[in-house]
Amino acid sequence: MLGYYLDLALRSLKRSPGLTALMILIVAFGVAASMTSYSVFRAVSGDPIPWKSSRLFVPQIDIWGPKGHLDATSNNDPPNAMDYTDAVALMRERRGKYQSAMYRVSPSIVPPDAHMHPINVGGHAVYSEFFTMLDVPFKFGSAWGADSDAQRAAVVVINSKINQKLFAGANSVGKTIDIDGKDYRVVGVLDNWNPKPTFFDVVNTGGFTTDEEDVFLPFTRAIDVGMPNDGNTNCSEIPKGSGFVGLQQSSCVWISYMVELDDSAAVSTYKEYLDSYFRDQKAAGRFNWPLNNRLRDLPAWLDAQHVVPSDTKISLVVALGLLVACLVNTAGLLLAKFLRRSSEIGVRRALGAPRMAIYMQFLIEAGMVGLTGGVIGLLLIWVGIWGVNWVLPKEIASLAHVDLGLLALTLLVAVVATMLAGLYPTFRASRVQPALQLKTN
Amino acid sequence: MTLHPMIAALRKHKAGVVLIALQIALTLAIVCNAIFIIYARIENVRRPTGLNENNLFLVTQQWVGAPSGDDAASTQKLDVMLREDLATLRALPDVESVTPTNSVPLLQSSWNGAVALKPGADLRAGNARTTYYFGDEQLLKTFGLHLVAGRDFTAADVVNKAFRDNSQPDIVIVTKALADKLFPGGNAVGKAVYLNGDSKPTTIVGEVERLQVPSVSTWASTFVWNSTIAPIRLNGNFSRYAVRAKPGRLEAAMREVPAALYAANPMRVLDDDSVKSFKDIRAEAYRSDIGMAALMGAVCLILLAVTAGGIVGLTSFWVGQRHRQIGVRRALGARKIDILHYFQLENLMIAGGGAVVGIALAVALNRVLMSKFEMQSMPAYYVLVGLAMVVILGQIAVFVPARRASNVPPVVATRSA
Repeated sequence: MLGYYLDLALRSLKRSPGLTALMILIVAFGVAASMTSYSVFRAVSGDPIPWKSSRLFVPQIDIWGPKGHLDATSNNDPPNAMDYTDAVALMRERRGKYQSAMYRVSPSIVPPDAHMHPINVGGHAVYSEFFTMLDVPFKFGSAWGADSDAQRAAVVVINSKINQKLFAGANSVGKTIDIDGKDYRVVGVLDNWNPKPTFFDVVNTGGFTTDEEDVFLPFTRAIDVGMPNDGNTNCSEIPKGSGFVGLQQSSCVWISYMVELDDSAAVSTYKEYLDSYFRDQKAAGRFNWPLNNRLRDLPAWLDAQHVVPSDTKISLVVALGLLVACLVNTAGLLLAKFLRRSSEIGVRRALGAPRMAIYMQFLIEAGMVGLTGGVIGLLLIWVGIWGVNWVLPKEIASLAHVDLGLLALTLLVAVVATMLAGLYPTFRASRVQPALQLKTN
Repeated sequence: MTLHPMIAALRKHKAGVVLIALQIALTLAIVCNAIFIIYARIENVRRPTGLNENNLFLVTQQWVGAPSGDDAASTQKLDVMLREDLATLRALPDVESVTPTNSVPLLQSSWNGAVALKPGADLRAGNARTTYYFGDEQLLKTFGLHLVAGRDFTAADVVNKAFRDNSQPDIVIVTKALADKLFPGGNAVGKAVYLNGDSKPTTIVGEVERLQVPSVSTWASTFVWNSTIAPIRLNGNFSRYAVRAKPGRLEAAMREVPAALYAANPMRVLDDDSVKSFKDIRAEAYRSDIGMAALMGAVCLILLAVTAGGIVGLTSFWVGQRHRQIGVRRALGARKIDILHYFQLENLMIAGGGAVVGIALAVALNRVLMSKFEMQSMPAYYVLVGLAMVVILGQIAVFVPARRASNVPPVVATRSA
């Protein structure tokens, strides 16, 4: 029976090629535009570490009080990063399963090859637990141990790109590199690890950036050698002391912090700990405003920091509007097309076809339009992604790509949406009175 | 022509009429919001920075093995290296002038604070927020700024300090926008202000017409034109130089820079991004705005084409369906133009009905975008532009099938269906 309906649908579509082509193109454009926007949205709103994001938390302490909330946009939120005093205090107590304070650095490396000019790299100063906490994959070697944190050891983890540049991709564990004029021993080389957004430090990277994470070195070591922070520094008052040391003594915030808490009991214990830390500091005279801490899990944190650009969301809303408009259009055209065949329907019904059969016949016809539109839509998506790469900022556009899932989803959306659009026209077609149709002819 | 028979005819195709009106309503709602977004972005991109942007480029470099401390000895050593670089750049044949700087408009990297009329205000609570530019006596000339009051810096005004030294300058030049905000009565030159909550007074010695802040993000939108220029060479382990090339010699000057700097001191990092024309800085800063405008433009075009296609398709169908009736009307004396007008008027009614719904939808969509995405309220004339657009689009789309209808010969009436 299905074959018969397919044949009927094909004949009917061939009978009015102009109208059919129009419907197919409308579906194709609607699906392609919405799916292109969706692919960008999917790329920037995806969970960067889905197996663990609900167990990673970002603590915020309100160290500025009311004067930090002067910007209308702050929504009474505490500062989104930490000052040195609190970050180090929390690291000393280690109340989470794993935790790391971190700040962005941008040192220069002098290659061993004397003919090469020095290169500038980006990275983070972190604690050893950073790598375990975030399941960072290693190609060679491993993270440094907790003892290296304590000893402020001159060790470094580099990514494979820098390893390629300096050591031609060979296992470089144990070799030394010159960072800012000092020797560091390589303990590990990362495998491909470039999470987008840069979820562990959205404050200093904005989430999406073309900057790479080339090197990781011990936080304690970086502080020791005075390696300045390369990210944002936010102050509620001008630091009293000068220089990087002055920054460390100030209430300016520039350090990101992340902690792993494995169950809800651990979360509430940690929250209580954070609150009691604030109360202790308040008792010591540091603050004179009420408790206003936050402990958000990673998805909530990324949302609060507006990591997904609002342009991407607006585009998605508008593109979905476009899809709806296309479907309304298709519904109108299908209605016209189906009702034009009232007499044919009348004959079929008079010869004993049940309503169900009419339903099947026309829904299959709509589905065929949807499928063809979807296939053409697939081609248009390539054009769309190419266009997006051309017009959107690199750090966003490079994330949007076509994969099997997107292609399958496109076809599915095209077919389902067109069949939905075909529902009302089909309903009308099935209501055609056979007697009336036979009479008028 | 009376509308009565037309309405009666439309009633026979209720569903089709409703669908096409809904389509027009959606088109109107989306198109006027999209045009509003496009206009806002273009407006953003077109505002002048206050710079003379031609022949201007920026050099960013980092020294390797330079002192990292901020003690007096390190600072003086860094300053020697900085002045050496300035001398090297100023000696280049295609270079007109050079200033050290911490940033330029649209570069995103910025140094912000507040200006107060009283000493000791909270850092974020001064009379006006501002961004700081630090440069020497060639900054105004190199940036190409217009001095509208007071005087430019002289070489004697310029001092140097460590990058993270938080002391405030003795004198500054501010933008007219900032001066007018601080001193609405005018005449800011010679007045004292307090920077970043400090208790040391700083004297305004000049006013420039216009100078945009480096950030184009929304958080800086409240103080886009509030810039303060201090005559200070900042000494850190990296430096930036704004360079004005001689007219027409931009590319040549940009090519000369890396080799000359390496020759002066090879222990430094200069990478692909280190020498950048202002044109590129501008393109990068506004890439997302232009991209968004392009996307919205594409959506509008697709939507208008789809709607036009839908109108053509559905009207063609109606014309085919009413073939005989048209023949009868023609036989009864209707002229071709009457038939044409009939379909045009019919389309106008449907489009008008759809547009009324569309206006409501457009306003609703704008409200949603406003509440969720910090968008501005859309002025009423966008809705009117959208209205005119869909009505004109409808008339254009209906013309071809309507003309086909008007060409139906009267003799059709005599034939049985």
